[in-house]
Amino acid sequence: MVLSTLIIAGSLGMILWTIMSRGIRSLNWDMITKIPGGGFYIGKGGGILNAIVGSVYISIGSVLLGLAISIPAVLYINAYARRNAWLANITRLVFDVLFGIPSIVYGAFGFTVMVYFGLKTSLLAGIITVTLMIVPILARAMDEVIRLAPEELSDATYSLGATRWETSKILLRQSTAGILTAILLAFGRAIGDAATVLFTAGYTDSIPTSLHQPAATLPLAIFFQLSSPIDAVQNRAYAAALILTIIVLIVSLAGKYFGKRLSRHKI
Amino acid sequence: MGIIPHISVQGLNVHINGNHILKNISIDIPDKGITSFIGPSGCGKTTLLKTFNRLLDRNKNVQISGQVLVDGENIYGKHVELTTMRKKMGLLSQRPFPLPMSIYDNIAYGPRIHGTRGKKELDGLVEHYLRATYLWEEVKDRLHHSASRLSIGQQQRLCLARGLAVEPEIILGDEPTSALDPVSTQRIEELFLQLKDKYTLVLVTHILRQARRLSNNIVFLYMGEIIEFGTAEEVLLHPKERLTREYVKGYIS
Repeated sequence: MVLSTLIIAGSLGMILWTIMSRGIRSLNWDMITKIPGGGFYIGKGGGILNAIVGSVYISIGSVLLGLAISIPAVLYINAYARRNAWLANITRLVFDVLFGIPSIVYGAFGFTVMVYFGLKTSLLAGIITVTLMIVPILARAMDEVIRLAPEELSDATYSLGATRWETSKILLRQSTAGILTAILLAFGRAIGDAATVLFTAGYTDSIPTSLHQPAATLPLAIFFQLSSPIDAVQNRAYAAALILTIIVLIVSLAGKYFGKRLSRHKI
Repeated sequence: MGIIPHISVQGLNVHINGNHILKNISIDIPDKGITSFIGPSGCGKTTLLKTFNRLLDRNKNVQISGQVLVDGENIYGKHVELTTMRKKMGLLSQRPFPLPMSIYDNIAYGPRIHGTRGKKELDGLVEHYLRATYLWEEVKDRLHHSASRLSIGQQQRLCLARGLAVEPEIILGDEPTSALDPVSTQRIEELFLQLKDKYTLVLVTHILRQARRLSNNIVFLYMGEIIEFGTAEEVLLHPKERLTREYVKGYIS
């Protein structure tokens, strides 16, 4: 048991150490404020602002779109169609199956759909494909917490004459902390996944100005630079990894802080 | 009994997961006063209470047949407006469950969902119902604090105030003092005695002394059937049925 704990803690330490030690050398102000200049991929000046912005756009966009899809679904099986056990079971099974599908399959699926509709790689296609991937994550995590809300809470709102929608809002309020955890989980997956965006969002050196332009992402920035034989470019891949880790860390900490504040009324 | 019934149950049968929980229940609950359901645990008293505001049929595998008339209207009829019907009945559960919001918002919740928006009006309602449940002096300085920080006894009084704020006619209590300490229990009981002239109270209790202290009428249920129904004195002191006698004396519980 001690050994397992050490292995887990040790690997986290090693990961952080690797990206820190190799990335910190290439991490400078230019990295996060500039887009790639000419010859960036052979070690010349510029930064990866394009990938940072692209990743943030895609992850925020897909989390918002994902919430818009998963919240109604979760409320439907928990507050509206409670008596329909069959429907709820099927829906949960579907979420579980979707949850287990690897992200490259979502990427391939997104790509097929794009080709079918004659779309090019774009921010929009990236957001939609990543949304498909994170909807089951959001839905499963939120379903777990909303199911945990005590029965008597809904009894109380219903007996005050509340409608199912008004009761749903109370259920969401009661589950704020859990929903935030779900969002953080989904955000982490969305911002860190390379396979879904590879074919759908594409890659570009400029910052997208509309939903129809392709967008670069941090995981792909890591991937492309790491494949380079040039040492300086490889180090930049670690710097990109460090930036990605820092973004996820900031979002998690902010989420924890707001989660505490938002759920102060929880019973 | 010669009194106009407020709730009239006619031939009610309830099956849950195929088990016959309530068997052909018919009873008239008079207007105003306190009617208590007593009986051993598992006899169906809570189930019966929950058929009155149709909370029971939210659950799966529940089959209900028969009629429950409230003010002469069958609440299991086709055109029943559930929210309006439930608004008529406040509910106190075994453990208090304040809504996940502030003390103020807990009271204002009901009036708000039914269309009261004005701040002055809401302020007035909140104060009125907090005073009615003797909470005002205890919480007036922390109205916007979380309701979950109140003591459990205060929470139960808050839940009562919250229920009263939607102006119900009937108050349903499902062993509302079972989680409370003796002092809080006494305060809730005092409140019930004050409320019984204005509202019809239906309580489920397994405490015979509480039933004696509070009730005008008592219904004794056993294994899903009504064994005896009468005034508190009749049922507790001069029970007609052998089962009631044994329960009241403590032979069965």
